[in-house]
Amino acid sequence: MTPLSGAARPEALEGAAKFTVRDLDFYYGDFHALTGMNIDVRENSVTAFIGPSGCGKSTFLRCLNRMNDLIPGTRIDGTITLDGEDIYGPGVDPVDLRRRVGMIFQQPNPFPMSIYDNVAFGPRLHGIKKKEELDQIVEQALMRANLWKEVKDIMERGGLTLSGGQQQRLCIARVLAVQPDVLLMDEPCSAIDPTSVQKVEDLMAELKSSVTIIIVTHNMQQAARVSDETAFFLQERQGEPAELIEFGRTAEIFTSPHDRRTEDYITGRFG
Amino acid sequence: MSEPLKTEKAASSSGLKMMSRATYFREAALKNIFLLCAVLAVAAVGLIFVFTMARGWEVVKDPGLAAFLGGTEWSSSLGRFGILPLINGTIAVTLGALLLGAPLAIGTAVFLSEIASPRMRSIVRPAVEMLAGVPSVVFGFFGLVMIRPVVAELTGGMGFGTLTASVILAVMIVPTIATLTEDALGSVPPGIREASYAMGATTWQTIYKVLLPAAKIGIIDATILGMGRAIGETMAVVMVAGNAPQFFKGLGAPIATITSQIVIDMSYATGTHKTALFGLAIILFLISMGLVALVRALSRLNTKKA
Repeated sequence: MTPLSGAARPEALEGAAKFTVRDLDFYYGDFHALTGMNIDVRENSVTAFIGPSGCGKSTFLRCLNRMNDLIPGTRIDGTITLDGEDIYGPGVDPVDLRRRVGMIFQQPNPFPMSIYDNVAFGPRLHGIKKKEELDQIVEQALMRANLWKEVKDIMERGGLTLSGGQQQRLCIARVLAVQPDVLLMDEPCSAIDPTSVQKVEDLMAELKSSVTIIIVTHNMQQAARVSDETAFFLQERQGEPAELIEFGRTAEIFTSPHDRRTEDYITGRFG
Repeated sequence: MSEPLKTEKAASSSGLKMMSRATYFREAALKNIFLLCAVLAVAAVGLIFVFTMARGWEVVKDPGLAAFLGGTEWSSSLGRFGILPLINGTIAVTLGALLLGAPLAIGTAVFLSEIASPRMRSIVRPAVEMLAGVPSVVFGFFGLVMIRPVVAELTGGMGFGTLTASVILAVMIVPTIATLTEDALGSVPPGIREASYAMGATTWQTIYKVLLPAAKIGIIDATILGMGRAIGETMAVVMVAGNAPQFFKGLGAPIATITSQIVIDMSYATGTHKTALFGLAIILFLISMGLVALVRALSRLNTKKA
């Protein structure tokens, strides 16, 4: 393997890389937001992105399913491959990419429609119309999201009538219904109650056998609990692009980080 | 006069400064002036209502409620004042206006809210708003000169009638419906839009599967208010409708609405005829009150759901 600049340390990786990012720079118009990102996200693992607010974690996450395309004036340099395929390559349909790379947001955002219709939304986009088939997909997705027991008798109720934590699991079920390879989670637990946080974390442990998970979190205990590998992001000075400082096994990052800045952040000296 | 003096004394004895008499009177006066404004606005509505009722209620005696509400002929020379043809005309013209205008307006709103670039938006939005400021007589004149000949060509008549009136009204209600629909789309939580795109929905799928259903009640509201505008519009309709109080006989045939009939008849109506015109005004009042009530009920439903 070629030696990598930046932070990706190949010796930390085992198994196939799902996402491979090389020399990524990202711009919002004139603002240079990210620079020199290199990272390999391993298949069927949980990777945590940590770092102080405004350090580009979410921006980077949104490069991975091209959500940033929706913001006018954004630009990207470098390459991101998913299973070896360049996701910014010519002819790649971002809509199709987003079906393979699902996303969970900080604020639970179910659609203002019934629980059933929320989960059936994705499959219906794919053109699945048969009731029995949809029923089965919906039930399976809700079971995988550990929500089935709570909602199986109230499927016609509006998704917004559920509690915050249930709404977040509904959003996870909605994404799982389209069988994504990757699940991007942008601070999925910062707007829900502690019991629900526990449920979502358990869920991540169950899901990672079949889905690659990348989670942005401000909660370092959470990163330590749920992730196999951790990436530390930092914007050193205001107005400069953020960088990926260190990337490695979670246990290593939290016990013996190589970079002093990582150590400072983890021990709470800044951020 | 002795009381304020006492207050001043009290003020000087304590450390706190008391409100001066001038401030007190100014505050009290302002409060009352604003109250008066509100009362006058309400009083105007009340006064018009009472006046219209007072002049119009006699329709129950002459021509009689059944003849008025159920009559199929409006003819002042024969002394027949049945409002069904006028109601029929109002419904025909309003329905036509909604069928043509609502899709146009909702499409405009979707374009402004979801598709247009900021530059495009800064051109289209003021243009739509300007449409709301065009005097209705200008719309009527435009309809008379531009639309009527086209309709005459299409229907083989003079071009005065339902279709011409509907087309003009459709354009007139676009700003109302478009602006309110855009507001409704704008108040859909942004997270929902993002979620839809993140699920792999295209822009079109996001619009018709997520955003339009989410803004449904707001859009219905907008359409009802547009409908109110169409029902109430008089000048432009009078100029192009042909003003024959008869039942709908085809898109090109002349027709009259409740409002247009009042305008046409009011200059010479006397006695029962005049009473009947006030009766028409009462009907209009009831319709617009009904529409307002409907909008309020819907928005209550909306807040309950959210």
